[in-house]
Amino acid sequence: MLEVWSLPFMQRALVAGLIMALLAGYYGPFVVQRGLSFLGSGLAHAAFGGVALGLLLGVEPLWVAVPFTAAVALGITWVRERTHIRGDTAVGIFFAFSMALGIVFLSLKREYTAEAFTYLFGSILAVTPADLWASAGLLALTALTLPLWGRWAYATFDRELAAADRVPVMLDDYLMAFLIALVVVVAMKLVGLLLVAAFLVIPAAAARQWTRTFLGMVLGAVGVGVVSVVAGLAVSYSYDLPSGATIVLLQALVFTVAALAFRRR
Amino acid sequence: MNEPRRGPEPAVELRNLTVRFGDHLALEDVNLAVPPGAFVAIVGPNGAGKSTLLKVLLGLVQPTSGEVRVLGSPPSRVDPRRIGYVPQFKTLDRTFPALAEDLVASGLRRAWPGRLTPEERKRVRAALERVGAGHLMGRAVSRFSGGELQRVYLARAFVRRPELVMLDEPATGIDVLGEADMYRLLEDYQKETGATLLMITHDWEAAYHHATHVIVLNRRLIGFGPPERALSERCLREAFGHVGHAHGISLSFGGNRHA
Repeated sequence: MLEVWSLPFMQRALVAGLIMALLAGYYGPFVVQRGLSFLGSGLAHAAFGGVALGLLLGVEPLWVAVPFTAAVALGITWVRERTHIRGDTAVGIFFAFSMALGIVFLSLKREYTAEAFTYLFGSILAVTPADLWASAGLLALTALTLPLWGRWAYATFDRELAAADRVPVMLDDYLMAFLIALVVVVAMKLVGLLLVAAFLVIPAAAARQWTRTFLGMVLGAVGVGVVSVVAGLAVSYSYDLPSGATIVLLQALVFTVAALAFRRR
Repeated sequence: MNEPRRGPEPAVELRNLTVRFGDHLALEDVNLAVPPGAFVAIVGPNGAGKSTLLKVLLGLVQPTSGEVRVLGSPPSRVDPRRIGYVPQFKTLDRTFPALAEDLVASGLRRAWPGRLTPEERKRVRAALERVGAGHLMGRAVSRFSGGELQRVYLARAFVRRPELVMLDEPATGIDVLGEADMYRLLEDYQKETGATLLMITHDWEAAYHHATHVIVLNRRLIGFGPPERALSERCLREAFGHVGHAHGISLSFGGNRHA
C-alpha cells in the first residue's frame, strides 16, 4: 500500500489534498454556522466564469479566475449586507450570472475547449508544482489571519453581540468572503467545481455532530478532511476511481456515520 | 463657556435624538438624562423604538440627528468593557457549538474563546456561581431552558463588571419564579457596584415595582421619571391608546415598590 506514496504525482496530490483539507477545515465551520453552505458551490460556478474568460483571452485561467471569483464573493457580500435580499438568494443570482457569462465566453472562443472540462471535474492527480505553490501561499495567508479567529467566531455566534463589542463585523465579512473565494478557486483545480462545496461543508457538518465547542468543530473538520484525503487518494489509486469524487464520497460516509451515531435524542 | 456642574454626570444623555430608517421614523426628538445608579425600565407598544434606542446606545445604530452620550462619551467612543449587554436570548443560534463557559468568556475577551486560561476560567466560574448557574459551566447551551440561558447571559454581562447594563426583554420566555430571581440578581449587582440598569420590558407591573425610573416611549418620549409619574394614566393612554385592560393590568398597582 505504501508504494502508492512513492510516486511523485501521488505525493503532489497528497500534499495538495492535505493543504486543502486544512484550509477547508478551517473555513468550513464558519461557512456552515453562518448558513452559507451554498456559498462554496456558488463561488465555484463564479470561478468557472473566470476560467472561461481566461481561456477566451488565452491567458492562464487561474489568473483570471482568482480576481473574478473574489469580485463575485465581494459582490455577494455587498448584496447580502446592503439590500433586502437574503444571502442564499444573492448567491443564487451571482452563481447563475457567472455561469451564463462562462458559457458565453466559451462559445465566443469558437473552438473546442476540452480544458474547460478539467475544471468541472478537477484533477488532483495532475497537480503541478505551481498549483502546490498557490495552495501553500493561501495556507500562509490564512495563517496570518489566525489572530482574527476569535472575533470571526464571535460574530458567527452572534453578529450583534460582536458588533456591540466593536468587532468590525462588516469588514470581516468581506475579508472572509475574499479568502473563501481564494480557497474555492484553488480547490476547483483539484476536485472540480462540481465538488468544491463538499470540502467546505461536509467535514465541518460531520464534525458538528460530535463536537461541543467551535474550536472542536474546526479541529474535527480538519481531521475529517485529512483522513478522507489520505484514504480517498489511496482507494482511488487502488481501484482506479476518480480521486476527487472518491474523497468526497468518503467525507459523506463519515458524515453519515457521525449523524447516525450522534443523532439528537 | 464653563457650565456649572450639577451633580454627577448622567449615565445616558439624549438630546433631540431622532432616528430614521428611510421613510420610517423610529425615534423623534427624544430628550432625557438617566442619572447614574438608576434602574430604568423602557416600556412602549411594539414598534415604539425601544430596541432602536438600545441599539443607538450600544453604537449599533447611528442617530439621524441629535446628540447621544453614554457614560460621558458618544456611543462609538465608549470602552465596550464598561457596558454589559443582555440580548433577547430567543435569537440564540442553538446549532452553534458552545458551552456556557465559552459564552461567558466571550464577555471577558470580546472574542470567542478557543481554550480558557486558568485566570479566565476562575472569573467565568465566579460569574456563573453568582447567578446560581455554576453547575452549567461545562454544559452545551444548545439544550438550555429559557431560565438557564437567561442566567448564563446575565453572567456574561456581569463578568466584565460593567457600569451600565442593558437588557432587551430579559423576562421573555421564563416563568414567574425565574423572573423574581432575575430581578433579585439585577438588584444585587446594582447594590454591589452602583451600576446603571436599562431594561426593555412589556411588563408594566414589574417596571412599577422594580425600576427607579420608567421611560414610556412611542417613537416620541411620552413620559420619563419615577414609576408613579411616568406610568400615569395619561402617559399610558398616549403610548398604548388604552390603559391596562387589554393586558389585564390595573393601574392601581398598590403595594410597596421594591418590596
